[in-house]
Amino acid sequence: MNRLVSAIAARLTIIAPYLWLLVFFLVPFLIVFKISLSTTVTAMPPYTPVFDLAEGWAALVEGLRDFTHENYLWLWDDPLYVNAYLNSVRLAAISTALTLLIGYPMAYAMARAPSSLRAVLLMLVILPFWTSFLIRVYAWIGILRPEGLLNQFLFFLGVIDRPLVIMGTDTAIYIGIVYSYLPFMVLPLYATLEKMDFSLIEAAQDLGCTAAGAFWKITVPLSVPGIIAGCMLVFIPAVGEFVIPDLLGGSQTLMIGRTLWNEFFANRDWPVASAVAIVLLLVLVVPIMFFQQAQARAQERGR
Amino acid sequence: MKSLGSIRRTFAPWTNAEAKPFITFENVTKTFGDFTAVDNLSLTIYEREFFALLGASGCGKSTLLRMLAGFEEPTSGRILLDGQDLAGIPPYRRPVNMMFQSYALFPHMNVEKNIAFGLKQDGMPKAEIEKRVADMLKLVKLEQFAKRKPHQLSGGQRQRVALARSVAKRPKVLLLDEPLGALDKKLREETQFELMDLQQDLGLTFMVVTHDQEEAMTMADRIAIMDKGEVMQVATPAEIYEAPSSRFVADFVGSVNLFEGKVAGQDAGRVKIATASGFDIQAEESAAPPAGETVWYAVRPEKIRISSQRPETAVNAVEGEVWDIGYLGDMTVYNVKLANGQIVRSSQLNAHRTTADPLTWNDRAWLAFPADAGVVLTR
Repeated sequence: MNRLVSAIAARLTIIAPYLWLLVFFLVPFLIVFKISLSTTVTAMPPYTPVFDLAEGWAALVEGLRDFTHENYLWLWDDPLYVNAYLNSVRLAAISTALTLLIGYPMAYAMARAPSSLRAVLLMLVILPFWTSFLIRVYAWIGILRPEGLLNQFLFFLGVIDRPLVIMGTDTAIYIGIVYSYLPFMVLPLYATLEKMDFSLIEAAQDLGCTAAGAFWKITVPLSVPGIIAGCMLVFIPAVGEFVIPDLLGGSQTLMIGRTLWNEFFANRDWPVASAVAIVLLLVLVVPIMFFQQAQARAQERGR
Repeated sequence: MKSLGSIRRTFAPWTNAEAKPFITFENVTKTFGDFTAVDNLSLTIYEREFFALLGASGCGKSTLLRMLAGFEEPTSGRILLDGQDLAGIPPYRRPVNMMFQSYALFPHMNVEKNIAFGLKQDGMPKAEIEKRVADMLKLVKLEQFAKRKPHQLSGGQRQRVALARSVAKRPKVLLLDEPLGALDKKLREETQFELMDLQQDLGLTFMVVTHDQEEAMTMADRIAIMDKGEVMQVATPAEIYEAPSSRFVADFVGSVNLFEGKVAGQDAGRVKIATASGFDIQAEESAAPPAGETVWYAVRPEKIRISSQRPETAVNAVEGEVWDIGYLGDMTVYNVKLANGQIVRSSQLNAHRTTADPLTWNDRAWLAFPADAGVVLTR
């Protein structure tokens, strides 16, 4: 009896994460996918067909006939959507590169710091999370706007004679994304760099490498897993980012997260919004999954 | 003149005043904050020598090695290699290579690339690199493992890759930091002889840091015993063992019995020491201190004979009680308690399978040793 109970418990433990994924990922995904194949109507909910199990099998089959891929063709035909996707990817890619450029030296310095200091530095990296993300982005408005803190400071120093226009430009978005996502870059990089054996650097120098040479030939290749993890953690949410371009970017900044928001809330076109979301998923997540699988296979071969 | 130990050495440049030193440490001091790792140390090492630095952890031996490799700069003093002052020369320009204690193999490169790393840095032509790498793989017998990554190798194989990588550039000096520390006992014993053969074949100067005295005794031409940043004695293994210069060295290498006493007189190269252990020792010593001085007579356990009766011809003999016996197979170790409570150790080689004079616990027994069995120490 006891054995039976523990066997069931063991099964449940294994099933639990899959159940979680099913309920909170697969089912919502299927619902969104279904809506993306529907047609807009002025009703509640604002799309058709709506399935009602009470109406029986025939009505269900009838409803399936109403499915259409119109919305996807629409996305392809209107350059607005294609441009929004491309622009999002471009902004996210540049932001990710900038975050890596700033995050790597930070992570390296943390990993090489005396071990008594590391916990404090780690704490400082995590500290901003104690304030709401939204409030921190709002704070940047106060800094970047024409009469904001940054311009006042530069005026005070006498560096500029007219205010810099940063608010409402791509630069403001870069600043916002780099600032907000820096910890996601620093933490995985720190984790890989911290466990690296620094006698490898000495060995490389002993064999004729300068300090810079040893960095490029040993440290960088060994921190590739951290670089990939950090870039993924920054790039993926940055592509779909809505709050930062909405608050810091200009009205002309075209990003897919914003387009989605507009379709859903302003136009109340749920099917097109759903199609945008599905395409975003396919365009980004699928290649990344393939990439990660290839990476895992390469690592398997190396092992 | 009788020779110390059982080896006749033909390679002994340190006995030749004309010989040019290859590595010279001149009054080298290294401090880390308040801690003095190396204290005003001077040392000379000769070309093609297998030199060992032996000491407990924290005695400064690794710091000395790292200063020669260029990872640390001396606080004061000079280090010369082949006549050249090494001050200010970065590690990557020094003609020395180091084999690290952790091996420090590059995990993202296979065996071949690890070995080729230093050669590539020197800009050696590709064909030559390939040939040198093949030679090195053959030397350490790892030809069929060329494409493996370090984590696919056993501890012994990794050690050989590290060795091949560090000798691939044909350095003037190879520095080895606890080269056998991570290997198990059996592999360590085999590898000791392989390292000695390798050093002979390549004709390199080896400087090895170790805390394992057996390792140092087996491999080295000369050993420097270090303690608290200072060199206590530099000598051949036989001299270190048979003629230690101080109680520290005598006690550090192997086991030793120390009899404290005062010089009571001397005559014809022999010194008489009145010990606190209840007997007088006749010691062969030509340069003994004057009468009344406190000295220690250090004698190794295997030089002391044990028997149930006092041997008739014994020069030095003392009676005691058998306190402990350890039968090790090849030899038997006896701990004998003297009247004053001192425990004296005697070890007997079991050269025969049977003995006519077996001893047991609490037996009265006599310990005897000739006048030249030990050395008279003044510090």
